[in-house]
Amino acid sequence: MEQGHIKINIDGREIIAKEGQSIVQAARDNGIFIPTLCDFKSLQPAGTCRMCLVKVGERYVSACTTIVSQGMSVENESVELKENRKSLIEMLFVEGNHMCPSCEKSGNCQLQALAYRYQMTAPRYPFSFTQRKIDASLPYLVVEHNRCIQCLRCVRGVKAKDGHDIFGFIDRGGAIHISVDTTDTEAATEVIAQKAMDICPVGALIKKGGAYRVPIGERKYDNEVIGSDVEKERDKV
Amino acid sequence: MSRKITIEPITRVEGHGKVTIKLDDQNKVSEARLHVVEFRGFERFVQGRPYWEASVLVQRLCGICPVSHHLCASKALDRIVGVSSDELTPTADKMRRLMHYGQFFQSHVLHFFYLASPDLLFGVNSDPAQRNIVGVIKAFPELAKKAVLMRKFGQEIIQATAGKKIHGTGAIPGGINRHLTVKEKDHFISGAADYNANLMVDWALEGLELFKSYHKKNQTWVDGFASFESNYMSLVRKDGALDLYHGGLRAIDSEGNKIFDHVDYQEYHKYITEEVRSWSYMKFPFFTSLGPSKGWYRVGPLARLNTCDFIPSPLAQKEFENYKAYTSGKPNGNSMHMHWARLIETLHAAEMIRDLLIDPDLYSGELEKKGSRRSEGVGVLEAPRGTLFHHYKVDENDLITMCNLIVSTTSNNEAMNRSVKWVADHVLDGQSEIPEGMLNQVEVAIRAYDPCLSCATHAVGQMPLIVNLEDETGKILDQKVRDGV
Repeated sequence: MEQGHIKINIDGREIIAKEGQSIVQAARDNGIFIPTLCDFKSLQPAGTCRMCLVKVGERYVSACTTIVSQGMSVENESVELKENRKSLIEMLFVEGNHMCPSCEKSGNCQLQALAYRYQMTAPRYPFSFTQRKIDASLPYLVVEHNRCIQCLRCVRGVKAKDGHDIFGFIDRGGAIHISVDTTDTEAATEVIAQKAMDICPVGALIKKGGAYRVPIGERKYDNEVIGSDVEKERDKV
Repeated sequence: MSRKITIEPITRVEGHGKVTIKLDDQNKVSEARLHVVEFRGFERFVQGRPYWEASVLVQRLCGICPVSHHLCASKALDRIVGVSSDELTPTADKMRRLMHYGQFFQSHVLHFFYLASPDLLFGVNSDPAQRNIVGVIKAFPELAKKAVLMRKFGQEIIQATAGKKIHGTGAIPGGINRHLTVKEKDHFISGAADYNANLMVDWALEGLELFKSYHKKNQTWVDGFASFESNYMSLVRKDGALDLYHGGLRAIDSEGNKIFDHVDYQEYHKYITEEVRSWSYMKFPFFTSLGPSKGWYRVGPLARLNTCDFIPSPLAQKEFENYKAYTSGKPNGNSMHMHWARLIETLHAAEMIRDLLIDPDLYSGELEKKGSRRSEGVGVLEAPRGTLFHHYKVDENDLITMCNLIVSTTSNNEAMNRSVKWVADHVLDGQSEIPEGMLNQVEVAIRAYDPCLSCATHAVGQMPLIVNLEDETGKILDQKVRDGV
């Protein structure tokens, strides 16, 4: 084994991980899919969505924020964890107002794709029918609060050229919602709108003028289950 | 003792409605009404949404003709993004037309073969246990198979142009989001040996022959049943041709005199007013210039073949000439001839699909155009059931502030009520006993319009038919229930 590498075990399969990696990263490198919503590429993990909950020993931990250690044994695809994830997805659906049939992100939405992967039919929880607003006052960006899952990806990943924040959170608890600094001239640009839409896992941030341009059948999750791109790599590992 | 007969729901139509007929002490009809009992509210809840969602959201009010709503909203949105629907790129215009003809074809086939043909093949008074599509499949398996394949063909055309058979996203404001592929063309023209574009034309002709043969044997009934005069309205092309997708509004009276012609539908509100009556969720539109009592009108196949001067496809034109000759060129008010007109349109749609499929513009060319943003747009097209209006106003932030829909079935509201009254007066009046076959004739009259009550109130599912016999105090004396079919 190379220097800086360790062995861990996911669902009984022994894999090689790099020291300092999160469980999610190590799993991904080895063709194992652990679902995430708030985790995004190079962003510092936030552990907000809890979609990646796995079991290490008897403890539930978020796999995006937990660093691997030598000999770690991780439970990922158990019946219990799959059910937990499905339950979480259902909670996200009932907590917001997600109208997939007319959503611009349909077919490219990670929440919708996860619902398909975990075979959600109807949520077991009652809909909250929360009153939320839609803010379309910026020239290129629509902030659709009905669809926001508070993952913080926009807050962490969409910054102005000099690095300052454009998105933030205001209020707390059930009232928490994202906010855009509309006084910032960069917030009004097409570039920021595109970045925001690209980083948002759902349809909460939509760039104006481009809806439904990708035909049904050619959208990201029309022909493949979310995570199958990771799992395809498994045989090559 | 006076009685009230309720037919609820009306079967073999799209959506939920009920009929009430009141009979007095001498069994004379005192009142006959069609009530549309579902409430949808799309016009309200689309408010506050970004305008581009309208064409995808509003089509959800129907599972039978979503393409009509999708395209009609898109035509209104074309205006919002500054492009008139006749300024679209050839590719966008033809792809949308192909989608629309696919929709027409499958919807008309669904109505004639699945919903209406049991009445014609078995008789309106026949056993209801057989008088349905399952009965047709058992007794006429070859015909039923063709009907299923025709519908499948139309649905596949929709899928190829909109991405899905139901509730697709093909049309976008100012254009379309895809081309047709050569593989799809091959599939439709020659790939599917048992149902291709040429066969659809042949089978549409066979459907017409089925109606004509029934007509020949039952001429008096077909010509007389629920027949009455009315005004008519539809879109026509600039040269007066039947055009299901785009044109100007033409309205005629029962003698064929033009009430208005080639009206730009952006101005529709100057010509049409909608009246609300307390006993139905469906409004009653009328021509403003004539008022509600004289200005009510019919839309749909009967109206279209009354208003247009010719049909721009050869086989349908030939059938149109025979059809017009039957009434000596005068407007046709025979409600059962709606099936005849509908089948001529089915043939027209099949011819148009066949010809469009070999048009090179479908396979390459620009998809989308943009112009100067407007704050208001009206889209109108001919849906299978008649002229359809979508009207939107949009604020400076791109959010919808107003939506008005006048759906085809709404325009036929007064006419359907008159059809119910006609059957009540001519069939039920004076009868001490009212068997199921007589009640079915009420439904036959409504069914001729192929009404979509879900669309018109802007529901889904099947419910049993409940007939209540009540005394004048409303006390139920007898009740008969049968499963919906």
